Amino acid sequence: MYGFEPSEEQKMLVDAVHKYAAKDLREAAHEADETGGFPDTLISKGWELGVVQASVPETFGGFGDHSAVTGALAAEELAWGDLAGALTILGPGVLAFPLLLAGTEEQKKRYLPPLVGGDYRPVSLAWVEPDFDFDPGALRSTARSEKGGYVLSGSKCFVPFADRAENLLVLASLEGKSQAFLLPRQTPGLTVLEREGNLGIRALPTFEIKLEDCRLPEDARLGGKEGHDPRLLLNSSHVALASMAVGVARAAYEYAMSYAKERIQFGVPIAQKQAVAFMLAEMATEIEAARLLVWEAAWTLDTGQEATRAVALAKSAADDMVMMVTDRAVQILGGHGYIREHPVEMWMRNGRGFPTFTGLAMV
Amino acid sequence: MIDFSMPEPIKKQRVMLQTVAENMMRPVSRQFDEHEHEIPWDYINFMQMAMRSTQAGSLAPREGRHEGPRLGYQILAHQIEILSWGDAAFYLCTPGGGLGAAAVEATGTPEQKEKFLKRFTEEKPILGCMAMTEPQAGSDTASIRTTAVRQEGFWVLNGEKIFVTAGHKSLVDTPGFVVVWATIDPSAGRAGMRPFVVEAGTPGMSVTKLEDKMGIRASDTASVVFQDCKVPLENILGSPEVAKGPTTAGGFKGAMATFDATRPLVAASAMGVARATVELVKDLLTQAGVQIRYDVPRQKLTNIEREVIDMEAMLRSAWLLVLRAVWMADQRTPNSLESSMAKVKAGDAVTKITQRAVELMGPIGYSRKQLLEKWFRDAKINDIFEGTGQINRLVVARRILGYGSRELR
Repeated sequence: MYGFEPSEEQKMLVDAVHKYAAKDLREAAHEADETGGFPDTLISKGWELGVVQASVPETFGGFGDHSAVTGALAAEELAWGDLAGALTILGPGVLAFPLLLAGTEEQKKRYLPPLVGGDYRPVSLAWVEPDFDFDPGALRSTARSEKGGYVLSGSKCFVPFADRAENLLVLASLEGKSQAFLLPRQTPGLTVLEREGNLGIRALPTFEIKLEDCRLPEDARLGGKEGHDPRLLLNSSHVALASMAVGVARAAYEYAMSYAKERIQFGVPIAQKQAVAFMLAEMATEIEAARLLVWEAAWTLDTGQEATRAVALAKSAADDMVMMVTDRAVQILGGHGYIREHPVEMWMRNGRGFPTFTGLAMV
Repeated sequence: MIDFSMPEPIKKQRVMLQTVAENMMRPVSRQFDEHEHEIPWDYINFMQMAMRSTQAGSLAPREGRHEGPRLGYQILAHQIEILSWGDAAFYLCTPGGGLGAAAVEATGTPEQKEKFLKRFTEEKPILGCMAMTEPQAGSDTASIRTTAVRQEGFWVLNGEKIFVTAGHKSLVDTPGFVVVWATIDPSAGRAGMRPFVVEAGTPGMSVTKLEDKMGIRASDTASVVFQDCKVPLENILGSPEVAKGPTTAGGFKGAMATFDATRPLVAASAMGVARATVELVKDLLTQAGVQIRYDVPRQKLTNIEREVIDMEAMLRSAWLLVLRAVWMADQRTPNSLESSMAKVKAGDAVTKITQRAVELMGPIGYSRKQLLEKWFRDAKINDIFEGTGQINRLVVARRILGYGSRELR
């Protein structure tokens, strides 16, 4: 039976997240973007909303069942507040959800409780590589089997919190197949290079890292000896990012709409001009269209069906949509949109990054 | 609950209609496109028989037809999508009330529904239609000039209507009716507008012209002229009184309520054409050995792959907007905004998809050997009728901005 409304429980979660996103994240977003980080207390408060924890079963330290739909709803709302903030708060999910989706019982029991059972802990995932033709399914970083374990080598970029996370989930090509490995940060051969400077999401610390013959035990491979289907991780990441793209777009659209209703030119609010009103109508329509694709993709994941195509459509549409909407938001504010005093230019810079953010979030 | 699983009754309907579309529509689709003004009677007769035997009646959704959750509009959207996948012009020839019956359903009394809608469940196929547009009144529906004057126990209609979809089939080829929008008080503007049911054969009404069109050629588009056409008093839909005062848009609101209900259904028809196009493009590519990779990042895809994924995303997201709009209609939730969004997106999607398909397939796309060029022509009407893309943008803009027609003209 079709249904297009979140459940009561989901609505309560979204409401709580919205309040935090509107009051805390939104207020702090500008300064965080300028200075490169959020205050720890703000992140702790966001972590206490329990978005990630609510999607991990009690046996592993959480307090709910895994649901990509619920995760997507919450991620959209957090990203509506601020994208870098959302990526930070949901950060532990980039380890928690791969473990939940593909880990062995041993791995879940060992890593999940400390991750979701207590205070916020920064977590890291290394997937993207510093090449224009980066392909998450055909990596240049390699993992090679050796007696008793694996040896990892290669270069990674866009690695969040690489300077402070206890563990990194590293993806590398093992016999031509992308596989994830749990890598303690203290492992010899891992070098964390300087913090990266990016077009957007400046409040999220990301790093380039080098892997030179990092030796890992056998049980470090996600899913154990058998490994795992790498599409599980890619689909989870795509849905999380696509829902966040909807959140960023919604923020920009709402801001541009209020502005257009207040900005007087030629004696009337510019929203009364069809040229502007039609832009807003198209922004609203495209946001809704992309959101429904995201919901369907998340629902497809939750129902255990083959989801790759549904996920690809949602990701593709959301990536295009967020760029269109944030660009128009800047355009509607005109010269004012280009000034950093207004947040729309930041949303446009953040919006451009979605095709590049592979692995920065999971649901 | 957020849920995308197709309800069982809809699954069954789709299987049945897919057979109809494949066997009764596609094989003769080209033939009727090339012989404009011929009538696809085989399809029409078959659909009448099929709808009678399954007691589906007309395609118009009715109250209380189903037990359990209301699915009327959702089923209808799926039916229309599949039939239009077969041939959008044939779909417009489907017996039943069409937009005329939808208007009677939306605004008629129980007696009127009994009197006018019963005919659609009888043995012979009958069509119904709606007449709004006039030579000087397109999107600006409030400026219609057709008048209805109360005289000696009749409403007397005078005026000319154009672009009446299925007008000839409803009024000449079968004993159907037309729902005509006329003004009973020209000084009252929108508030004076009322719909009237005029039955086939009523003296003073004549079908004067059949248009030659870019596409949807199997569907007739007629001009209907009213010259002192006497219509029984009880054929007015809604109140014959014109309310004065600040809320004077009663009659116009009736028209708009009809359009809110039918807009996502027009969008559903667009989706059928769009899906047909995407499927054929993918089939042709598969035959040529091209596979679409969905798990490769966009900067590594070929242009053809990017185009196809774009087309599929447009198609699917527009369809989900349609589904949500009809789902809301079934929940009896006001859906004016969502209906218009669905129509905006569906009109955009079907025109872009069919245009790109013709380009992408090169000479195969442009040739009349395949149906792609026909669908390109059929598609464009969806961005025009039942509210152009621009009018629907205006509706969406007013809704999201909280503006009326005075603030946003």
